[in-house]
This record gives sequence, C-alpha cells and structure tokens, in this order.
Amino acid sequence: MRFMFLVTPAHVGPPTPELMEAMRKLADREIKAGRLIDTGGLMPLATGAQVRITDGRLSVVDGPFVEAKEVVGGYAIFELPGKEEALAAAKEFMQLHKDHMPGWEGVCELRAFASGPP
Amino acid sequence: MRASRVCIGPALRLSRRPAAMTVARAHRAILAIWRIEQPRLITSLARMLRDVPLAEDLTQEALVTALERWPATGVPEKPGAWLMATAKRRAVDHLRRGRMLERKHELVAWDLEAEQQAMPDLDSALDDDIGDELLRLIFTACHPRLSREARAALALRMICGLTTEEIARAFLLPATAIAQRIVRAKRTLSESGLAYETPRGEQLSERLSSVLEVVYLIFNEGYTAARGDDWLRPQLCDEALRMGRVLTAIAPHEPEAHGLLALMELNASRTAARTDTAGEPILMLEQNRALWDQLQIRRGMQALGRACELGGAGGAYALQAAIVACHAQASTAADTDWSRIAGLYAELAAIVHSPIIDLNRAVAVGMAEGPEAALAIVDRLVCEPALKGYHLLPSVRGHLLHRLGRYEEACAAFGAAAALAGNRREHDLLRRRAAEAAAAATSS
Repeated sequence: MRFMFLVTPAHVGPPTPELMEAMRKLADREIKAGRLIDTGGLMPLATGAQVRITDGRLSVVDGPFVEAKEVVGGYAIFELPGKEEALAAAKEFMQLHKDHMPGWEGVCELRAFASGPP
Repeated sequence: MRASRVCIGPALRLSRRPAAMTVARAHRAILAIWRIEQPRLITSLARMLRDVPLAEDLTQEALVTALERWPATGVPEKPGAWLMATAKRRAVDHLRRGRMLERKHELVAWDLEAEQQAMPDLDSALDDDIGDELLRLIFTACHPRLSREARAALALRMICGLTTEEIARAFLLPATAIAQRIVRAKRTLSESGLAYETPRGEQLSERLSSVLEVVYLIFNEGYTAARGDDWLRPQLCDEALRMGRVLTAIAPHEPEAHGLLALMELNASRTAARTDTAGEPILMLEQNRALWDQLQIRRGMQALGRACELGGAGGAYALQAAIVACHAQASTAADTDWSRIAGLYAELAAIVHSPIIDLNRAVAVGMAEGPEAALAIVDRLVCEPALKGYHLLPSVRGHLLHRLGRYEEACAAFGAAAALAGNRREHDLLRRRAAEAAAAATSS
C-alpha cells in the first residue's frame, strides 16, 4: 500500500540542524530499505493558499506569498504493507522531532493512496 | 505549561491503554515495527556471532519477548532500541555459554565489550550503515546451495520479516511445510560453514544471479495470484519490489539488479488494470491504460536507465524490462513499437534459449511485419518438445493463419489449442475463435 505522509508544524520556524541530520539519516535508511519512494520539504502554510467550497460558495484563503526561505514541513511517499507499518514509521519519524527539537509541535497526517479503479 | 499544551484526544489516549487494544491488533502493530527493525537486528547479531542462522534464531526470540510483553506494557517509546537491546542480550548470553565451554573466543569477546558499551539508542541505530552486512545477509539467505524454494522462504523471513505463517499463506502451503523448509535450509547453511560469508568482486556478480532469481520467483508468485486470494499473495510482489530496491541501494553498481527492479516496477505498474471488477483477467492490449501507475512506470524507467548506464542493456532482466517499457510508454495499444519489441526478443533469445521467448518474438514479429514472417517462426517451433502441450503455440498459430485467410487450418489450430487449455475461460475463448474461423471458411 502506498501512503502519503504530510507533516505540518504548529509554529513557523525551521528545524534545528540536529533534527535535520536525524531526519536525513532516517530518510536514507528508509530509501535503502525500499520503503521510502519520494520525499520533499514544504514551505510554511501561511505562504500557500486554500481554495474552498462551502455552502455552494467558492472562497480563497490566500497567504501573503512572501519570499519565504524556510522549509517547515514536508511530505513523504511510502510503500508499506499496511496501516500498522505506516503508523510505526510515522511514530518513529515524529519521535525524532521530540528528541531533537524540544517544544516542536505539529501533525503528521497519513493518507493511503487509492488503488485500482475508483 | 507544556503539559497544558499537549492535548491528546480521549480516543487517542484510550488506544494507548492495553485494555482498549485487542491482542490481535497489538500483535499486528508489533509485527509492523518488527518489519522495520528486523534487518538491522539480524545484521548486528550476525556481526557479533558470525553466524546468520543463529542470529536469526536469537532475533526471533526478541520478537517473541516483545509479543509477550508489549500488549500488557504498551509499546516502548523507542521500540527499535528495545528490540536491539533484548536481541543483543540474547547474543551475549549465547557467547558467554560458548566461552565457558571453550575459551577461544578472545576476539569475539573483545567485540562483545565494544558492542555492549555502545548501548543502542535510536540515533546510533540510524548511524549504522548496514549496507554491507545486509548484503551478506541476503547472500547467505539466497545461497545457491539451497533450493530456490528454500531461498525464497529464507529471504522472506530474514529480509522482509514475514512470519512462517505469513509465508505459508502467501505460497498456499501448510505452515509446517514452510517451517521445515526454513529449519532445513538453516541447518544446511550452518553445517556447510556457509553461515557467514560475503562474496566479493567477480564472485559477487555471479552470486547475485542466485539472489535475483529468488527475488523474481517471489515477484511472480505474487503476480500470478488472483483477486480474492489471500491478500498476502499479491503482497509478495511488494516484498519482491522492496528487496529489489534494497539490492539496488546496497549493490548500486550491478546492472542486472537495476534491470530486475525495472522489470518488476514496470510489470507491477499494471496491477490495477489487470482484472475487471469480477476478478477476470484483462489482456494487456485491452487494459485501460489510465489505470497504469505512472509513478511506478517512472521508477521502472529510471531503474532501466541506470541498468543501461552501467552497461547492462543486454542483460536478461534489462532486456525483458525494455520490452515491458515499450508497452508502458505506448499511450494506446496501437502506438506500441512492435518492431522494437521484436528486436529485443531476438536479442533476448540469443542469450536465453527458450522456445517461449521465440513464441513471444513471433507474436511481436506478427504485429510488426505481418503474419507470414511470424508463421515461419511458429512453424519452426511446432516440433519443439518443450512446447508440446502448450496451448499458446497452436493459439498463436491459429491467430496468424486466420489473418492469412487460411481459415480451415486456423479452425483446426484453435481446436487443438482449446483441447490443451488449462482453464475454462481460455478454453471457451479458443472454442469461439475456432467457430469464427469455421464460419469464415464456409463463407469464403
């Protein structure tokens, strides 16, 4: 099963070098283990936008689109046997934040890819 | 202040308590962690003990301990470190016992001290580059002295972390049969002194073929599984793909490893399109190509490109991958580059002598150059003993004869093919083709 991990921190601020290094090692291990198939950093939520439809009306919440330089979250695509494996991987990943960037808060969202005809 | 900010919902909090977790669910979660950690556990222990089968036994004991304890205590914060510490303790005990019997383990004991001083935590585990050790493990599990079936079982157990029961279900065999196979294979390795060795240089490429063969066997076992089979069967494709990715990561200079990975990724990219909602198979040329997995095709093409860069374009796996790539890159069936496929089959036939490859080449030639050239190839295969009883030979022949307007011969060929067809669906299809040819014969 393929999973998308979407990591969104609660506060703006780049990861510490220690956290970056720990994440790099984990990503390297996961690539070599054949589980991690794609990954990348994301810019702060505030610099993006949300386009919504509610009550039949389309609305846009637009970020300031400032020239942000700081990556504060990211995504990863994993191939794993099932949700339990995805949970185990996500917990290990989030534990790194706990260990290497005290005070960090945020969410790692797991979404399974749909497979086969919709 | 921090405590007030950490807000865990009631549902989340509940799921942490063992009572809310059924034992079965807890076991699934533990096995999930196990699959992530196991290669590093075995490789670390194998390094201490210089014995892969023994290392595997002791890591299994660590798993059993976790399965016993964690449902009650909850999963520890750093489960990998916990498993590593437990497994190493077992290894230390084992070595101590051995040392009391014969005091010749000075060297090992020295290693042991070093190992013990570096008590494992998550970060030091991440620092370990286990590439070489993992390669050793894979080469040991897939030793050519073992049968292909034994290699497959050992690889799934030691590299993918599948349990004996899971392997048995995947191969539709009783668990006792798989357990015996594993025990026997491990004994063979231990008794013949093959329990811990890494081939290097030329020997590595040679031995690699015995590994690739097993990975491809596992892949095909999963690929031929039908929808509705136990989910573990198709899962074998994913395990084989994962092993292929591991191999290309730790032996990046071996073109055939990339070739096999490309072949598997490209074949697996069609999974969603291969069956209809009733589970009936759909032939490749009739598949809905929108359902082909483009991410997987990209990965397959990358691996194939890598195999070619390394000078391996002419390898058996790379050639097969290049053939599948022709299909993967055609946006409609009509766009297929059949003459390239025919050429690739000719190259493949030159290195792998197989009448089935010749038959496939005939089909491609038929599409590229027309039925006459193809029929010449097929007619040469009619006396081939290996194809005697193979229904696709008269089936392809019938198809070509029909296109040439030789309807009576086509009818006879389809009739012969129907009589040989193993499954009902194919049998019915071939009988219909025979009837169509017969009708065409009378009206012409």
